[in-house]
Amino acid sequence: MNNNPVIIDLQNISVSFDGQTILNNINLQIHDGEFVTLLGPSGCGKTTTLRIIAGFQQPDKGNVIFEGKNIDGVPAYKRQVNTIFQRYALFPHLNVHDNIAFGLKVKKIKDKKVINKKVDEMLELVNLKGFGSRNINSLSGGQQQRVAIARALAVDPRVVLLDEPLGALDLKLRKDMQIELKNIQQKLGITFIYVTHDQEEALSMSDTVVVMNNGEIQHIGTPLDVYNEPKNAFVADFIGESNILDGVMHEDFSVEFSGMRFQCVDKGFKKDEPVDVVIRPEDIDVLPEGQGMLSGKVTSVTFKGVHYEIIVDIDGFKWMIQTTQKSEVGDTIGISIKPDEMHIMKKSEYSGLYGDYSSFSEEFDELSDPTVTEEEE
Amino acid sequence: MKKALSNFYIALIMIFLYAPMLVMIVLSFNASASTSVMTGFSLKWYGELFNDTTTLAALRNTLVLAVVSSVISIVIGTAAAVGINNIKKKWLQSSILTVTNVPMMNPEIVTGVSLMLLFVFVGKLVGMSDVLGFPTLLIAHVTFNLPYVILSVLPKLRQTDTHLAEAAQDLGCTPVQSFFKVILPNISSGIITGFIMAFTLSLDDFIISYFVSGPKFQTLPIVIFSMTKKKVKPDMYALSTLIFVAVLVLLVLMNIMQVRSEKKEQSKQEL
Amino acid sequence: MKQSSAVKSFINAPYLLWSVLFIIAPMIMVVYYAFTDRNGDWTLANITALGAYSQTFIRSIWYAFVATLICLVLAYPLAYIMSRSSMSKQRTIMMLVMLPMWMNFLIRTYSWITLLANTGIINTLLSKIGIGPLHMINTPGAVILGMIYNFLPYMILPIYSIMSKLDYRLVEAAQDLGCNSFGVLKRVIFPLSLPGVISGITMVFVPSVSTFYISQKLGGGKYLLVGDSIEMQFQSAYNYNLGASLSLVLMVMIIICMIIMNKFADNEEGAMII
Repeated sequence: MNNNPVIIDLQNISVSFDGQTILNNINLQIHDGEFVTLLGPSGCGKTTTLRIIAGFQQPDKGNVIFEGKNIDGVPAYKRQVNTIFQRYALFPHLNVHDNIAFGLKVKKIKDKKVINKKVDEMLELVNLKGFGSRNINSLSGGQQQRVAIARALAVDPRVVLLDEPLGALDLKLRKDMQIELKNIQQKLGITFIYVTHDQEEALSMSDTVVVMNNGEIQHIGTPLDVYNEPKNAFVADFIGESNILDGVMHEDFSVEFSGMRFQCVDKGFKKDEPVDVVIRPEDIDVLPEGQGMLSGKVTSVTFKGVHYEIIVDIDGFKWMIQTTQKSEVGDTIGISIKPDEMHIMKKSEYSGLYGDYSSFSEEFDELSDPTVTEEEE
Repeated sequence: MKKALSNFYIALIMIFLYAPMLVMIVLSFNASASTSVMTGFSLKWYGELFNDTTTLAALRNTLVLAVVSSVISIVIGTAAAVGINNIKKKWLQSSILTVTNVPMMNPEIVTGVSLMLLFVFVGKLVGMSDVLGFPTLLIAHVTFNLPYVILSVLPKLRQTDTHLAEAAQDLGCTPVQSFFKVILPNISSGIITGFIMAFTLSLDDFIISYFVSGPKFQTLPIVIFSMTKKKVKPDMYALSTLIFVAVLVLLVLMNIMQVRSEKKEQSKQEL
Repeated sequence: MKQSSAVKSFINAPYLLWSVLFIIAPMIMVVYYAFTDRNGDWTLANITALGAYSQTFIRSIWYAFVATLICLVLAYPLAYIMSRSSMSKQRTIMMLVMLPMWMNFLIRTYSWITLLANTGIINTLLSKIGIGPLHMINTPGAVILGMIYNFLPYMILPIYSIMSKLDYRLVEAAQDLGCNSFGVLKRVIFPLSLPGVISGITMVFVPSVSTFYISQKLGGGKYLLVGDSIEMQFQSAYNYNLGASLSLVLMVMIIICMIIMNKFADNEEGAMII
């Protein structure tokens, strides 16, 4: 991971509002220069976490440590942290130049030349050269987004907080802006803390992903980590598609699920400990009837372009499989899974809630729908 | 046919609305003191008007009262609108707004009478027999102006992105600075509307002023009222004609400005 | 959030203080005076004395009702015509409707005497074509005319402002579904303009029912309204207690009317504000 010193340290942060717990004992260390993403569904507390770092909200309990100093009670305008807001919050009464210069002027920088130079630099950084005198309302969404980035970066923040900054853009523009944001972050070497509910965005941009749900951190790890070795059923389900089965770990390297024993690569569980077994749909090989480790009946086939998505009923549990091989509804097929594709997780509060495709749910679409906006405050 | 009928109808309503004003304008040029029969053309009532010290003093009083009361109203009203907008509890917000609406919904005579009772009551308590004067008029005018200011500022505040103030603080503004640098410019049109409404309401108010004013400080509508109790001299008509012309010019100017800014907006959108 | 709540209450404080002192306290004063006598002792005499004013109350409500109804009948077609006109025409008519509101209403009402008098302008014109003279001034009709004249703009503006925002595609949709012109008016335009109508009715009825100047000038003091009675108690009879009880009843009456009106309107805010 990142070997730079810790820049922000959240210690035992708890917040509740109207008797409802928003954040429950959050502990998170963020290193200088790191790109950290807080990922989770609406209402998971990620925006609140961001607002606490920014200083817009005070935690009920816990401390925010910035470079070793406790900054509880330090108001937002005195923090070396800047936010890029969800719907940009650009000042409509100022033009592009004055928006970007706003923070510099507040800092009482008198020299016009210094300000102009900095603004031009920022405009160039976000590819908006020559847009200085434009009216905010005459800009497209993507351009407004760039101005918001330039405005936050102009004051040389140590940490930039991004609250679903790409949420209002269309898909194509989002992808472009993801790359651009990542490039800007790497170029400037500033710490970015990014909030999103889009798991793809989180995986493709971040150094570290923090998966949150119900005001608690579920998993902190690299994108590869959270995808390949999810800590619990929630993480497995929220990030990508997964089949999550009830299993029993009989001994090291031996797990039982779907009524059969399989060899696996995990160890360190108690004897006969009940576990959750995660198998990603793309890790399952489809074989002709009679071959493979398990067999079942195909109940649905959907063509997805690069692959087919098929649902297979194996002993009443519906598996999702992504395969390039075509099969028909009603076929009986065999499947096979390599030992290192079986991820064993300890049982958690989320066990049994996710991972069965019997009611082939729309939940993913809901959770990753960019038009769903959060109203956490 | 339909169009002609529409125009005829509009014309009828306009005749109804403007007939008394036409009478007033014509008679202001009357040679005699009659307010019913035109006996010849003269400008003498206009001359008389500028020598009528009571009327001129009342006009000055009215303007002073209108300016002071509307300035106080926009300061208190804007702060109130910001405060009301920040209230998170829905019931509290709506109950404050209900109280705010009271002076607007109450018959003016009741507002006037209730304020008068308050002033007289307090006056008795502190042993003053003639409390009614400029201060009481000022309080009354601010009171009936406030709801109009609040109700024209509040929608502007609601349109303003709640994150703007946070964005300003994020960039280093103190909360007070962020209000003046960011919020105020964005609600200024609402404040100006509120000011204009307050100013004109205050200029024109008779009923409430009638109950809370004393002989020491009289506004123009009150002077006019005491004149119409006896016989109105045509110099009142002359004054009204002048006001009519002033208002007409103002409205036409405002219209032209509006058309211009709309055209500007349009051409901006076309870009 | 904690540290800013102090700032917030500070911002609200002047206005809250103001509304308690000058909106709520005066209301309490009205109630206090209505239930006390000259010496400040409790009494119901002012309330029982109101029996003598029942005629006045009925007359006020009746005149205000007729004036409001006629205003509605006059204003609705005008508002509709305006909303269908070109932008520049809308603006001009709007200006012409608003202009009289900026003029002193005492003088404007006074001018009607010149028009309506027995030897006034209208009768002079009528006599030229062999009619009249008609007796117009100092009649209930003249009082109601004064109300209509003064408050007609308050009916036109809210109805117009709703109608100008009305989506014309709805009318087309109704026609598409087989409505004739009358059907469109009854089923689409009228229901949608209702908030404006309600607001117009309140804005005309409230000042009409409480007026005192119009009835004094155009009614010749013969047709006393509640407003006249209140004005007399405060400005000539100096019986503040009776005046307060009259005001209290007027206020309660109007609140009841408004609650009933608001029941008709779905959108309460639309009815409370223009």
